[in-house]
Order: sequence, then C-alpha cells, then structure tokens
Amino acid sequence: MSLNIIVLAKQVPDTRCVSQGAMNADGTINRAALPVIVNPDDMKALEQALRLKEQYPGTTIQVLTMGPARAAEVVREGLFRGADGGYLLSDCAFAGADTLATSYALATAIGKMGRHDIVLCGRQAIDGETAQVGPQVAERLGIPQISYAEEILGVSDGHITAKRRIDNGIEIVEAPLPVVITVDGAAAPCRPRHAKLLMSHKQTQITTWNTADIGADPAQCGLAGSPTRIKSVECIVPCTKESRVIDCNDEDIANLMKELGA
Amino acid sequence: MNNLFIYIELQDNGRVAEVSLELLSKGRSLADELDCQLEAVAIGTRLDGVAAQVMPYGVDVLHLFDDERLYPYTTIPHAAILTKLFEEEKPQIALLGATAIGRELGPRVSATLHGGLTADCTALSIGDYTDEQTGRHYENILLQTLPSFGGNVVATIVNPEHRPQMATVREGVMRKELRDTNYQGKIIRHDTKNYVTDTDFVIKIIERHIEHAKHNLKGASIVVAGGYGIGSRENFNLLFDLAKELHGEVGASRAAVDAGFVDHDRMIGQTGLTVRPKLYIACGISGQIQHTIGMQDSATIISINTDPNAPINAIADYVIIGRVEEVIPKMIKGYKSLGK
Repeated sequence: MSLNIIVLAKQVPDTRCVSQGAMNADGTINRAALPVIVNPDDMKALEQALRLKEQYPGTTIQVLTMGPARAAEVVREGLFRGADGGYLLSDCAFAGADTLATSYALATAIGKMGRHDIVLCGRQAIDGETAQVGPQVAERLGIPQISYAEEILGVSDGHITAKRRIDNGIEIVEAPLPVVITVDGAAAPCRPRHAKLLMSHKQTQITTWNTADIGADPAQCGLAGSPTRIKSVECIVPCTKESRVIDCNDEDIANLMKELGA
Repeated sequence: MNNLFIYIELQDNGRVAEVSLELLSKGRSLADELDCQLEAVAIGTRLDGVAAQVMPYGVDVLHLFDDERLYPYTTIPHAAILTKLFEEEKPQIALLGATAIGRELGPRVSATLHGGLTADCTALSIGDYTDEQTGRHYENILLQTLPSFGGNVVATIVNPEHRPQMATVREGVMRKELRDTNYQGKIIRHDTKNYVTDTDFVIKIIERHIEHAKHNLKGASIVVAGGYGIGSRENFNLLFDLAKELHGEVGASRAAVDAGFVDHDRMIGQTGLTVRPKLYIACGISGQIQHTIGMQDSATIISINTDPNAPINAIADYVIIGRVEEVIPKMIKGYKSLGK
C-alpha cells in the first residue's frame, strides 16, 4: 500500500535569537532581521512522513510551504532527507495572512496537488504558537484531524492509528483517510540530512506557485482574507518594584528565610 | 441573539473544567458591559450536573447537547454542533479554554464561520477600533491582548468585521468569580440529531489514559521555579529539594522546559500555567514577558540570578545575586535553622 503524503512546513524566525530590530514600527515582524529555521514541530512531522515512506513502499512525500522566495529552503530541507518534491507558495497577495487566510492558501494548494491520504504538519509554529493552521486546513478540506500526535502507529484498510497527547493523558485514535495530522513536540526528532541527497538536491529548483497558479481567490488570501487586525502594539514597560538586594552569604540568606517564615 | 458564548469543557468525573468557570466569570463581566446575555454550551453525555455548576456564574442560557457518542470528545461532532448553533444564534463573542480541546475546536469552527480567532489571550476587554485604511470605526468590540513575538511587545488584536469574535484563554489567566448562588438561567436541551450526523463520528478512540496530575503547582502557596540558567536536569534536583523543604512545588520557564531540564507540565507562563502563590522563588530565570505574565501576581517574589540586570529582578521583592547552586543550599540551611 502506497500513500500520498503532504507535509506542511513553515520557515520561522528563530525566536531563540531575537535581536534588536526584530520588530517593525507598525508591530509586524521584521523577518529580514532574523535568522530563519524550519519550524521544529514541522521537522517532526516530516520525520513521521519519512517513517511511513519506509514502512509503505511506493509512498511519496511532497513538502508544501508558504513564504518569501528564501522559504524554498524549507522544501529543500525536505528533499535532503528523502521527500520526493514540493512547492513554495509565494505571492505578494499571500502577505499579511492570519491563520485563517494561511489555511485557505494551503488548502487550495493541497487541492491542486491531487490525491492526498495524509497531510502532516507540526502542532504549532514557534513564532505564532497558535496551533490553528492544522485544524483550519482540515476543516477547509472537510476531512478529520488527529491533533498533537506523538507517533503514528500504522495504516491499514484506509485507516490510520496514532497516539496523541491530550491534557493530562494520551489517546490512541483511529481515523479514516484522508486525514490531517498535527505532530506534537514530544514526537521523535527529525533525522539529519542524507549526504547523497544533499549533493543531488543542492541545485534543485523548487516550483513556486502564486495565487493564480493554485486558482486562489485573492480576496481570501493575505491581509485581505484575514478577519483579524492588529489594533495596537505596545512595547513592554514592566512594572517595577522596589527590590531589596540580598548578599549571597549564610547569614543574610538565613535572615531572609526567617523574615519570610514570619 | 448576538450574545456572548462560552464553550463548557467537561472532565471525566462530570466536573466542569476550571478554565470554563474562569471564562464564565470573565464572560459575565464582558456581557454586562455589552448589555448582552451570557450563554454557555455543554456538549457531552449525562449533563444533569452541569447547570448547578455553571448557573452561579451568571449564565442566562445554558445549551445542552446530550448524546452518548459526544463523550469523550472528538473534534468533528463538537465542531459541527458549535458551528450550527453559532449560525443560528449569531453570537458576537465566543470564548474557549486554550486546552487541548479548545485549541483544535476553535480553529475548526472559525474556519467554517470565517471568524477571527486569537490564541492564548492574556487579557480581554471591550473597546473601540478605527481601521486606518478604511476609516471605519467600530464600537464595543472585543480587544484581545497577548504578548507577542519573543515577548518584545504586547499586541492587541481585533476582529472588526466578522462574528463571532473568538478567542482562547489558558487556565488560571482569568479569575473565577461567582455571580449569585441563586442565579437561574434558562436551560435549552437541544435535539442532537439536528446538529450532527452519524458520519461525523469518524474518529474512533481506541484507548484513553488520563494521568492524574503529578503535582499541585496550580494550588501551591510556594513555587520554586527554574529557568535556563539552572543548566541541567540534575541541577533541577536542587530546586526539588528546596520545594520539598518549604512544602512547595517546582515550576519552570519555557526555556528550561525546551532544554529538557524538566517536564512540560511544569511550565509557567503565557503558554503554560498561571500561578499566584504567596512566594515565588525564581531561580536562574531571566524574566521574559511570556514567563512573568504567568507569575507576576505572586505576593512575594525572590529572584536568584547571577545577572544583576536580569529583567525579572525588576519585579522581584528580593534579589539575590549569586549562583543557584550556592544560594539554594544556604536557603535550605537557613530554613532548617528556624526549626520548622
């Protein structure tokens, strides 16, 4: 049994190294000022896809991403590890999208990519952390979802079984294909790049699609298609207390404990 | 019509989740301000005990959808019910807990209704908004505030054109507040068949394990929390030692959790727990806004940090400049000498 898998992956600023100039005056992110990585949860989704490909020969993996031209690297990172191909959605009309407009663009592109059995993506991206795009893509495609999956246990008879994390516990669930699966941070880390694939795909051109290529309605894309607006962005002025500095010696700390205990 | 709706999350024992009660409290005050009604939606089975739990929070209308197949929760049937109910009732605002359930249910409903949804809000209020591009002015809309992007800023998000205005909120962020123990709202028992079809029940739950919380961090009066500065999982044992001595619990910042020093369920901050203990001891925590938002209401804060300029020091009552490995043993020794 072969599967057609699509992995949704996002290029994100590495929020662990936020520097000056990271924010524009209007409150949007100055992405150009930040180092970028493939969103960590999305890499874990890719790993689940690669494992399915090993388990079910004939399986194909396509990586789909949206972003500026340099986001093509996301697809290439997939190719370096064993994905079969992929597409970059890039168009000014996609810019400024909130999760709803993002899910519209992704779902429309998925529709164009043809038969898909499993759409895998990370649970959430480290820049927005909304965890909304996966479920919204599923809703737009009209298919079920398994959120926060830690491990895919197997596929048989058109059904997939996965272990998923819920609040204070786990569930093992079965869903019919096609399905969207969002992969939790607790899932297995992604394998490193494969040396041979790295060599052969270094120069591989990544197909870029714009709104017209996927037949998307520009009114539903980007800022135009986003119901949310940023009202204001304020720099944080932390409330400060008058704090007492305690020296790091036995006596002063003992006195502090006494004071607190009183 | 055009009321404020809260999705009620239910636990295995039939209890309403804390976060839902907190949202009812916030929802009640927002509804008062908007002069609209507060409505609650409970979806599950054996729902007889729900009304008594939620009415004292000032619920005007409780919608019940009772069907054996609706518990435990699966996404599509719950999303189908909420979507259809919202199409009929046209709420102006709908709030969900930012739980495993709320964070996947909200997006599905918003995708169909084309409503804006903001995740993990830390404050909600009512206010006005002017769209600078169109010049349109909107009154009495939901202002959804949250720290954003690396904690450098606090953003306020609005959904001017689309209804409902949807948001999710973590447990512990809003304060639970009873309205009136005798409050009596209307109860509507819906015929579930009008809202879901058999084909909606496509996800089969094969196994389900609920682990009881390993700690009582939420209710602890003393919290010893560690950050990235703790350096390793082993070093975190020191924090556990101190917490044990003080009868407190151990928490952590996002950075410490991401580094694997401590389990995810101990994370304090915007995307973790919000705590308000009597004493909060921040060890090796720099104090990014995403963390401080989850602990800033602690009565007393001690910061232990080698960096005299760590942002957390600004909100601390006591600052100990030093290495955690040196300070904590001294604290334990000092506490023991009190003979408690």
